[in-house]
Amino acid sequence: MKRRTLLATGAGAAAAAALGLPARAQDKLKVGFVYVGPIGDGGWTYQHDQGRLAVLEAYGDRVETVYQESVPEGADAERVLTQMALGGAGLIFTTSFGYMDATINVASKFPNVKFEHATGYKRAENVATYDARFYEGRAVIGTIAGRMTKSNKIGYIASFPIPEVIQGINSYFLHARKVNPAVELTVVWAYTWFDPAKEADAAKAMLEQGVDVIAQHTDSTAPLAEMAKTPGVIGFGQASDMSAFKPTPRVASIIDNWAPYYVKRVGAVLDGTWTSTHTWGGMKDGEVVIGEITEAVPEEVRAEAQAMIEAITAGSYHPFTGPINKQDGSVFLAEGEVATDEQLMSMNFFVEGIKGDIPS
Amino acid sequence: MIRLEKRPSPSQGWTAATPLLAVALTMLAGGAMFALLGKDPLAAIRTIFWDPLFGEFAWYFRGQLLVKGGPLILIAIGLSLGFRAGIWNIGAEGQYIMGALAGAGLGLALYPDAGRWVFPLMVAAGAAGGWAWAMIPAILKVRFRTNEILVSLLLVYVAQNLLASAALGWLRNPEGAGFPGSRNLSQWPAAANPELIPGTGMHWGVVAAFLAVIGAHVLLSRHQLGYHIRLAGQAPRAARFAGVSPGRLTVFCMGVSGALAGMAGLFEVTGPAGQISIDFASGYGFTAIIVAFLGRLHPVGILLAGLLMALTYVGGDNAATNLGLPAAAIQAFQGMLLFFLLSVDVLTNYRIRFGRREIA
Repeated sequence: MKRRTLLATGAGAAAAAALGLPARAQDKLKVGFVYVGPIGDGGWTYQHDQGRLAVLEAYGDRVETVYQESVPEGADAERVLTQMALGGAGLIFTTSFGYMDATINVASKFPNVKFEHATGYKRAENVATYDARFYEGRAVIGTIAGRMTKSNKIGYIASFPIPEVIQGINSYFLHARKVNPAVELTVVWAYTWFDPAKEADAAKAMLEQGVDVIAQHTDSTAPLAEMAKTPGVIGFGQASDMSAFKPTPRVASIIDNWAPYYVKRVGAVLDGTWTSTHTWGGMKDGEVVIGEITEAVPEEVRAEAQAMIEAITAGSYHPFTGPINKQDGSVFLAEGEVATDEQLMSMNFFVEGIKGDIPS
Repeated sequence: MIRLEKRPSPSQGWTAATPLLAVALTMLAGGAMFALLGKDPLAAIRTIFWDPLFGEFAWYFRGQLLVKGGPLILIAIGLSLGFRAGIWNIGAEGQYIMGALAGAGLGLALYPDAGRWVFPLMVAAGAAGGWAWAMIPAILKVRFRTNEILVSLLLVYVAQNLLASAALGWLRNPEGAGFPGSRNLSQWPAAANPELIPGTGMHWGVVAAFLAVIGAHVLLSRHQLGYHIRLAGQAPRAARFAGVSPGRLTVFCMGVSGALAGMAGLFEVTGPAGQISIDFASGYGFTAIIVAFLGRLHPVGILLAGLLMALTYVGGDNAATNLGLPAAAIQAFQGMLLFFLLSVDVLTNYRIRFGRREIA
C-alpha cells in the first residue's frame, strides 16, 4: 500500500515532468528590460534591476531575463527593442518616459510580444503602462523637512518640469508648510535624471543660500555627498535607499519598489491572463516605500512621519486633500476635496506659497 | 632597440593598411577585455562584427547600419572640408540640433498641412538652421579673429538648452498632456522621412549622405575650390599668394559643414527619432569628428568609417543585450578602436627601425 502511494505520487510527478517541464523549457518566457542609466546608478535603474532579480527569484527556470543599460531615449531605443523582440523576448519592460513612442512603434510590429512602459500615457493592445505614486513618499519627507529645518529654507533638486515631478514638489512643499508655516522652498531645475556633477552643483548652490534640507528628484548620490560636507544639513535617499549616507545627511528615503509589480505581470504572461492595463501603485501596493528614518530625526517627528505612512497606506489620507490653492491664488481643491488621478497626471502648476515659475 | 625614422613621404601602403591593422588589434585587445569579464571573447566579437552583417537577423540590422551611419557620414563629410583647410568646426552637434529645431519648427507651424512641399521646405529650413548656427563662429573668426574651436563648441551647449526649452515649451505637443516632446513628425505623412524601401533603412538622410560623398569627392578632385581647400591646409602662406582668401574659405567651409549637420538633424527628427525631445541630441555631431578622422578626411574613407562606426554601435548593443556585456565595456571597446587607429597611424609617416642607432 505504502509502495503504491509512493508509486502513484511518483508517477504523477513523472507525468507532470513529462508533460509540463519540456513544454515549459521550450516556452521559457524571455523577459527584456531596457534601462535608461547604468545599474550602478544606485537609484532609478538600480531599483528596476532589483525588480528583474525578483522576477528571476520568483519564477526560476520558467523565465530568462535580458537587459540593456544606458539606452538613449530616441531612435536607438527602437533598435534595442526590436532586437530584443527578434531575440525571442515575450515581455519587455521599458523603464523610462522617453521610450514611449519607441515602445508603441515596435509594439505595432510585434503583436505577439507584450510591452510594459513605465511612466507614460500611450497604451495599445499589447502595451500596458505603469507608474508609482511617488508623491505619497514626498508627503512624508516634506513633513520631516518642515520639522527639521532651522533656517526655514528647504530645497528641491528637480529634473524636468513634467507632471510627475511637479506633483512631488507640490506634495513636499504642502506638507512642510503644514507643520511649519514659515518654510520657504527653493527649486533648482537640473534638466537631467542622472548627472552627478550637475546634481552636486545644484546642491551646492542651495547650501550657499542657507538651505538646510534638500530633497531631490534626480537619481545620483552626489547631492548627499555634497550635503555631507556641511554639518547639520540633511537630505533624503531618492529611488533607492542610499543607505551609505546614514544616519546623516540621509535621514530617510523614498524607495521605488518595482518587484511586486514585475512579479505580478510576469506571472500574468506565464498563466495567459495578461491584458493591457494602466497601474498606478503606491504605498498600499508596496511600490513606494519609505526607508528607515534615522536617529538624527527626533522621536516625535519620526512618530508623526510614521503615522502619515500608515494613514496613506490605509487609504485614510490622500496627500492632495483640499483646501489647496494654485500659485496664482485660484482654487485647486475645495475644503475636503481629493484630487482625481486625472488632475494629478496633468498637474502643471505650483501650489500657493511656492516662489518662482515652472520653466517652459 | 626600436626607433622611428621619418619617411620622406607618407607611405601609400600603410595608409590603406593601418585601418585594417587597427581593427585587428582592437579585436585582440577587446577580446582580452571580454575574456577578463568572464565572457567568451570569440562570441563577443562575432556578435559585434559578424551577426549584424551575416547573422540570423541581418535583414534587419543591415538597414540599421544605414540608419545609424547616415547622419554620421553626412556630418563628417562637411567637417572634413574644413578640417582639410585647417578650419576646426567642433560644434557640429549644435548645428545638428539647430537644424532639427529650425526644420521641425517650420514644419510644426504648418501643421496639419498635407502639402507635398512641406517636407522639402523643412529640409531647406534644416540646412538654413545649421548654416546660420555655424555662421556665428565663422563671422566672429573672420571679423574679430576669435577661435572657432571654442566658439563653435560653446554654442553646442547653447543649442542644447534651446532644445530643452523647445521640448518643454514652444514646440511641445499641445495634445501631450503636459509631457515634454513635440508632436511625432514621423507619424505626420507630409513631414515624415520614412524608409523609402521598407526594411532597407534607406531614408532621405542616407540618400543625402551618399550624394554628399560624391559631391565632396568631385569638389576635392575636380574643382578649383577643392584645390584651394587642400592648399590652405597644407601651405597656408602659399595659398595666400595663390589668391585664396582665408576669410571666404572659412565662411564657405563652416557654412557647408553647418548646413550638412543641420540637414542631418532634420532627417533624423522627421525619421528615426520622430520628434523633438530633450534627449534628441545623441552625440552624432561629436562622433562625426571621429568618423572624419577615421576616414582620413577622404570622402570614400568617411563613407567606410561611418559604416564601421555604425557597426560598433549596432553590434555593441547586440552584445550588451544578448551576452550581458556592461555598457561601459562596449564604450571601452569603441575607444580602443580609435586609440589603435591613431596609434598605428604613426606607421604611415614613420618607419620602424630595429637595432642600435649608429653613432656618428
